[in-house]
Parts: sequence; structure tokens; C-alpha cells
Amino acid sequence: MIVADRKKVPEIRDMIKDHSRVLLVGCGTCVTVCLAGGERETGILGSALRMALRLIGRGNVVVDECTIERQCENAFIDLLAPRVKPYDAICSLGCGAGVQALADRFPNTTVYPGVNTQFIGILEAPGVWTEKCAACGNCRLGEFVGICPITRCAKRLLNGPCAGSRDGKCEIVAERDCAWQLIYDRACALGVLEQFARIAEPHDWSTASDGGPRKVIREDQCIAGLGPKA
Amino acid sequence: MDEISKMSEYKPSRLERAIRSGQFVVTSELGPPKCADAEYVRRKTDCLVGRVEAINVTDNQGANVRMCNWATALLILERGGEPVLQFTTRDRNRLAIQADLIGASALGIKNAFVVSGDHITLGLHRTARQVSDVDPMHVLQMVKRMANPGVLDSGEELRNSPKQPIQPVRFFIGAAENPFSDPQEFRIMRLAKKIAAGADFIQTQCVFDIERFREFMAEVRNKGLHEKVAILGGIVLARTVGALTFMKTRVPGISIPEEIMQRMERAKEQKRSEEEGIAIAAELIQQCRKIEGVRGVHLITLEREELAEPTLQKAGLLPRPDF
Repeated sequence: MIVADRKKVPEIRDMIKDHSRVLLVGCGTCVTVCLAGGERETGILGSALRMALRLIGRGNVVVDECTIERQCENAFIDLLAPRVKPYDAICSLGCGAGVQALADRFPNTTVYPGVNTQFIGILEAPGVWTEKCAACGNCRLGEFVGICPITRCAKRLLNGPCAGSRDGKCEIVAERDCAWQLIYDRACALGVLEQFARIAEPHDWSTASDGGPRKVIREDQCIAGLGPKA
Repeated sequence: MDEISKMSEYKPSRLERAIRSGQFVVTSELGPPKCADAEYVRRKTDCLVGRVEAINVTDNQGANVRMCNWATALLILERGGEPVLQFTTRDRNRLAIQADLIGASALGIKNAFVVSGDHITLGLHRTARQVSDVDPMHVLQMVKRMANPGVLDSGEELRNSPKQPIQPVRFFIGAAENPFSDPQEFRIMRLAKKIAAGADFIQTQCVFDIERFREFMAEVRNKGLHEKVAILGGIVLARTVGALTFMKTRVPGISIPEEIMQRMERAKEQKRSEEEGIAIAAELIQQCRKIEGVRGVHLITLEREELAEPTLQKAGLLPRPDF
């Protein structure tokens, strides 16, 4: 899932303080699962913002909340449309895709982000989410026994650990696992360590954000005659 | 002139000649200054010229901005020293790495050395981007292809027009290896990969734990790797027990035996830390020299280049032969 964490209340307060009516919009998908921008968090943020605004003498700013199922899909945004009109600003608690989808759909309403979108990852332990995928568009997990060095090695090394690997941990953050120790351990367990004697090719970043903004086009899914929507 | 004759005209670097001679070689390093202080580079170069075969020029060491590596290397060259141009994969993508190598070659710099570099977050520009487009293994491969057949990573030939002959860019190229980092088994494998990728020489992480270095070298010999690459043991001249403690606790992948810590503790009480530091470094050099397959040492003076001479003197490595 996409993992996000909520921006601090003062940051959001300062973004919205000059508006008169602000709608906080939660999202029922990834950010609900990672406890950053679901219905519950949106409600809590609404209360916090109302208090924070009052404390700086902006108690007149109206802050309301609602949550839609998925901010990254137009079908769900349509259900939100009738509610948006009375507001001069939206603060989206969806991921960066959600924020932009709302901005696209409501050209006359200012849209602010309420969360910082972090990464694609998993819940590792209660309250701890870990990045697993950098979405580079060119998956090589098959080469690396299912552990991604592009995402999980701080130096994106593709050919083994740097000198900073100690006791299985990364030199950057002591409590973070060294991806190459994990790869090594798993390769040993699978009996395939020898495959790492081969030099892994440099990565092709053209499919990552380095290649410019990305799009996936499935001709078979495009409506006949209309072609891919540019 | 065809490419082969062009290549045969090439005079190898002093470091390459020294290593090929089979004699025990000595390299050292110089950290470029934080400002445009050319005099600083010249002064430090003067401490090392004639005492070592080549001088590594670090590349934004510690992930902090310093005078760029090739300009520092040029100052060393002008002073009669022989630079080894260090490259990290932290600050440059493959275009920048190759462009700098071409430029350095044009300036007469003949040795290079590639490392992944201290991570960007360990320096003072913590909000900057860690480039890491390629890893050191790939840089070694690029360097080899720039020499033969004389092409860039893109496949483009190193010439300005199809009518010109290819102008290969040739470097005597080194890489790092840490005999003391985890996972141990992977270290030897990685060393073999670096050799396959094209490394001509290896400078190791600093050796204090000579026993573990011996074990590492035994493994290297088992695999016959010492015959394929020149391994230089890294020796750090630590002048205070504080420096040792810092390395032991804060620098990953350094193993320092208790005995050395105690010697430096005693020396501190007797106010002869510097002398003891020099003595320890000289002993480690001599011990490295006795290990089969170790072709030389890389002396890191921690910014005290003037101590290279007494250390090497004590280790019995001066005067240096003329390579």
C-alpha cells in the first residue's frame, strides 16, 4: 500500500487559515489502512484544526470533514462533488495522487495536502511501516531473491554490501536492516548464493521518474475509437 | 595511427609501474581543502612526494563539499606528485563520472579509484539527493570499456568524428574492500566481482586487526585472487586514543584489537601518543608486508601528511625505489 503520515497541525493550520470554509477530505483506501487519513484521522484532524485556528484568532474559519472511498478514482470523487461547492478550500488526506485528482476535478477550489506521502510499503509491526518498493518501473526482484536493493539499500548498491554493513545493520540508521545482509541470508537459505557471483547490470532508470512523468497505457482497456486519453 | 599503437605508446602511471615491478608499494592520501586554498594542497603534496608512489585524492570526503577531485589532482600533478583520483557514486551519475574521467585523462591523471562513498546523510548537506545511479562495480566496467574498445557506457565511441581514430581513455583503476565488514563470505565474493569488473588494485579498509586481515588474505589466496589484483592494506596513523575510540565505535567495519587500545592508553598517560601511533602504524605496515599476497600499503595520515615520512622511515620503507 501507499504509506503516508499526517502533516503537523500547525502546518495545515497555516495553509488554511486565510480561507473561510475548508473541507477536509479523508480517503478510505491506503491512508485509512496506514492510519494517516481515514475517516477517524480526518475527524481528529478536524477537531484539532478548529482548536488551533481558534487559538490564533481564526475561529471563524469553518472546518468540516468527510471521507470518500477512494480519492484516486473519478467514480468516487463524483460522489464528493455535490458537497464541495460551499467551500473555498479542500484539504485532502489522500496520498499525492488523491490530492492531485481532487485539484484536477475541482479547478475553482484550492486544494492542500494534509499528509506527506511516504512510500509503497507494508505494516511491519504495530505503528511501524517499512518501505518495500521504489516503483522504479523495472522490477528486478527475481534477481535479488525477492529483496529490493534499489529500495532498501541506502546506496542502491546492486552488487553486494558496502563497508558500512555491521551486524546486519545499515550504517545510515543503526536500527535499519542492511538489505544486503538480508539478501545474503536468504540466498544462503535458498542455496543460491552463487548466483550473486555474477555482476548485476546497472539499473535502467528510464522507467523510473528519471524518464519523465510516467503513464501506463493498456490499449486493450482503452475505449475503442477514442484511443488512450491524452 | 591505429588504436593498438596508440595504446602501446601510453606510458603507464608510476603506481602501475611500481605494482608491476613486484616491489612493495606505498600510497597515501590527501583530503582536498574546504576552500580554494591551492597552497594547502601544495604543502601537503610536498610532504608526500618522494615518500609514496601515489596520492589518493578523496572526493567530497565525509559527504561534505571540498575542492573537486580533479582540480586537486592537477595541483598535485603540477607539484610532481602522482594523484589517484577517487570517485564516489554518491554525487555523480554515469554522465558526470565519464565526463570527469575524460577530463582527468586529458589533464594527465592516470590513476582512479572508485567507492560508493559516505552516504549523503552523514555529511552536512543532508537535504541533497544521493545520486547512486550506478554502483562502483559499474564504474569499474565503464572505465575498462573506455580504455578498450574505447567506448562510453552509451556505446558511443571516444572520438569527435568518425574520421578520427578512437582515443581510448586509460586509467589504472582501483576499488575498495573491507576485510572486516559483514557478511564475511560475501566480502571475498565481492572482491572477485570487482576483479572481474576490471579492478587493477584494491586499497582495503584500515587494518588494525592483523589476525583477521591474515585470515582474509588466506581466503583471498585460496581463491587465487591475489594473483589477479594488487591488494594494498589500508593503514591508519591514529595519533590519539580518542581517534581510535571514535573509529572503533563510530566507523562501521573497523576492528581494533584491545591490545592496540591499551598501548595508546598507556602512551596517552606518558604523553607520547603521537610517537606510539607512528610506532603502531609502522609495525602494522611491517606485518602487512609479511602476508603473502599483500602488495603494498595505503597510509592514511588523517590530515597529518608530514607524519608519513617518519612512519615509513620506521617501517623501513624509505627511501622509495625509483619506479
